[in-house]
Amino acid sequence: MSIVTVQLGQCGNQVGYELFDVLCSDALEGQRRVYSAAGCERFFYQTTRGELVARAVLIDMEPKVINQSMSRAAKSGMWRYGETAHFSQKQGSGNNWANGYCVHGPRHRDAVEELVRREVERCDRLAGLMAMMSVAGGTGSGVGTYVTQCLRDIYPKSFILNHLTWPYGTGEVIVQNYNSVLTQAHLYQLSDAILVHENDTVHRICGQLLNIKHISFGDVNRVIAHQLGSVLQPALTADSRGLYGRNPLGELVSALACHPEYKLLSVCTIPQVPSVSMAYSTFSWPSMLKHLRQMLISNTKMEEGIDWQVRPPAGSERTRSLAGSGFNRSLANLLVLRGKDVYSAETGGFEDPALYTSWLSPEEAFNSWKSPVPFNKYEKCATLVSNSQALLRPLDNMVGKAWNMFASRAYIHQYIKFGISEEDFLDSFTCIEQVISSYSQLH
Amino acid sequence: MTQSIVVQVGQCGNQVGCRFWDLALREHAHVNKNGLYDEALGSFFRNVDSSESGGGACGIGGRIQRLKARAVLVDMEEGVVNEILQGPLREVFDSTQLLTDVSGSGNNWAVGHMTYGSAYREQIVDKLRKAAEHCDCLQCFFLIHSMGGGTGSGLGTRVLGLLEEEFPEVCRIVSSIYPSAEDDVVTSPYNSVLAMRELTEHADCVLPVENQSLVDIVNKIRQMSHGGKPGSAIKRDSAVISGQGGLSGAEKPFDAMNNIVANLLLNITSSARFDGSLNMDLNEIAMNLVPFPRLHYLVPSLTPLYTLADVSVPTRRLDQMFSDAFSKDHQLIRADPKRCLYLACALMVRGNVQVSDLRRNIERLKPSLPFVSWNQEGWKTGLCSVPPVGHSHSLLALANNTCVKPTFMELRERFTKLYRKKAHLHHYLHVEGMEQSFFSEALGSLSSLIEEYHQLDATKGRLVPDAPRLGIAT
Repeated sequence: MSIVTVQLGQCGNQVGYELFDVLCSDALEGQRRVYSAAGCERFFYQTTRGELVARAVLIDMEPKVINQSMSRAAKSGMWRYGETAHFSQKQGSGNNWANGYCVHGPRHRDAVEELVRREVERCDRLAGLMAMMSVAGGTGSGVGTYVTQCLRDIYPKSFILNHLTWPYGTGEVIVQNYNSVLTQAHLYQLSDAILVHENDTVHRICGQLLNIKHISFGDVNRVIAHQLGSVLQPALTADSRGLYGRNPLGELVSALACHPEYKLLSVCTIPQVPSVSMAYSTFSWPSMLKHLRQMLISNTKMEEGIDWQVRPPAGSERTRSLAGSGFNRSLANLLVLRGKDVYSAETGGFEDPALYTSWLSPEEAFNSWKSPVPFNKYEKCATLVSNSQALLRPLDNMVGKAWNMFASRAYIHQYIKFGISEEDFLDSFTCIEQVISSYSQLH
Repeated sequence: MTQSIVVQVGQCGNQVGCRFWDLALREHAHVNKNGLYDEALGSFFRNVDSSESGGGACGIGGRIQRLKARAVLVDMEEGVVNEILQGPLREVFDSTQLLTDVSGSGNNWAVGHMTYGSAYREQIVDKLRKAAEHCDCLQCFFLIHSMGGGTGSGLGTRVLGLLEEEFPEVCRIVSSIYPSAEDDVVTSPYNSVLAMRELTEHADCVLPVENQSLVDIVNKIRQMSHGGKPGSAIKRDSAVISGQGGLSGAEKPFDAMNNIVANLLLNITSSARFDGSLNMDLNEIAMNLVPFPRLHYLVPSLTPLYTLADVSVPTRRLDQMFSDAFSKDHQLIRADPKRCLYLACALMVRGNVQVSDLRRNIERLKPSLPFVSWNQEGWKTGLCSVPPVGHSHSLLALANNTCVKPTFMELRERFTKLYRKKAHLHHYLHVEGMEQSFFSEALGSLSSLIEEYHQLDATKGRLVPDAPRLGIAT
């Protein structure tokens, strides 16, 4: 079963390119026929000349980034994008969500739907749709939300996963918090699950773990691609009975996003080491899993600076507040293990009921997928996808800043110009505050 | 990709405009090595058939034949425009883009705005329309003019009004050269204040530039290059005032100052024209930097002003560039933004600079820059990979900052000094269509603008509590 990816805006198209690049080079690595065939089928199709073409549609309101992504892919010699699988205009959305959602989205609806339809029809069986975008700008956020809405209307029974990149806390775009609140409030009703990467976190990974001195967006995007790829490449799941799972998005969603109030997912991967050090590093499953578990509990997104003092509270003291003891409560977790000796990995630590809310049993809350095939040159690799309170603080910060700005009505005239009202803003704020409240109350 | 049209009005506007086209050609010649007419060139130039008859438009991807500027040149005297048409840029303009008259506006805003404005309305709209028709996606009008005279100030602002009427969807970015206190035109305060009202009401963004600041920057650079200190030789074509490598030969008196403004316009459009890892389009400038419709005055600052001929430590030079952007010596108006309140700030970086350099410098400088309470992280950033000619990297900072308030207050004072005594008023009131109410309304508009900035200033340093959040019933 295949996934069709829709790349929206500059970020979506840049990250998407890195993702397909990782997926392709991982799939073609070595002599792993079954894995390779499954991976290729999932994300690519083959032309009559044997070229691998990504199952993707590239959308942007201005042409530069799409042109760049398409030509870089073609240069790789291993894969490319479909020649006609893209749509762009001349002029961007000006970082304005309302411009993207109310003007560009509807204007180009038919063209975009047609492109997606073509990719969907090319699949033997559709596993689902993945939309990749940022929330800070105008196209990814505004047009992305509109497109997600259209996809939901046309494919009501398909799984839709939205991959979001959250911007740096200290501004890339001044109105990023408005765009972010508006996007996520709408997506919450439309999407099956929302998988988030934060630029701040990935930036730290690049600097502290990968020792990159002059971090570029390319570096950031490659880390995101590695983490996302490690989740989406073929793996053996509980339901797949000894074969590579054929329903990755469905299984992801049912493992993690079982309640409509709780759809925010975060990702953590271990190890992350510079490629030059890989030959000298040894990885052991027990050590990796121990670190990963503590990263989950203490809400540390990388394996440096983990606070080992944080422990899940004993049964009687289940706390319910935003600023608690530093303990990060989970709703559900999905562990994806790839590489050597994967069947010997002991995941019991993640089945501890103390990690989870009281209304799901650990058997329901915890799932794991395994693949004996090493991923992206890492001999062993463990990725944890969590539905937990991990994103609560950054989300709360985002809303707090947006709300302060809204209280002064700053920039509102720019949005109203394109067709949304103060009421729409208030509705979106209410929706996200509800999400924050739900996650804070987890106990 | 989108196109922009430059509308240059009056003597100053046309002189600055002339420098702009020269430097634009220089920049594109530097970047475009294969002689093909590409999208980047297309944003400011049309490509036209070499054959004598008509000159049909050539599309993107073809060889460069004759480049025609997407411009409209307006002046009520012939001197400046004629000079342009006899100079090396004559091929870049054709006669349908020009509008001239003979007698000038006599430094009288009313003559420019009312008399010529009405007389030439049709022709102006016609020329603008023609220029717009050559664009398949017109995004922005750049208006260049001065505030102190008659044509640039009066007719220029009339043109601004026409742009809003005829092309409401297209962004209007205005570069306005403000007169210095020692300006030799006695009525420049009248002209400036009358023009200000138009700018406040009809422009999307205004980039105010003060002549005195340009003079100071030019002197600083000249001092540097004549200083004779070892290691202080400036790389030839790198100074922001230099037109070296462009079409014009010897430099004329105001050229150095005008080159600064020309570079400002080139840098603002660089991210829209060239590739980068974080693109910043022109419509994003207004969106991010204008929180309230009337407060759209953005103080520009350009760094570096020059590059030393011998290459020094790269990272320190980069960080120095960021620090300089906020120093009062680099602002294009006489103001010290660090002492006032930032409403928003945009950093447009060109060259080989990565996001980590950008982040590091923002973190470093943030504590010393006062931002308004609801926009503590009010930064808009853009990274364009193509550096300007002669530099490896450069930074243009646009600040929406209350430091414009003193400038406007000074302007108001100079205006009131004259107005109180009704000095020279009759020259204006004689003009058909002009009434005293224009003066009082313009003064009122300026005062209320100053008051708006004042209100925001008052919040500076005050601990403003966070607005209480929506409560969710549990």
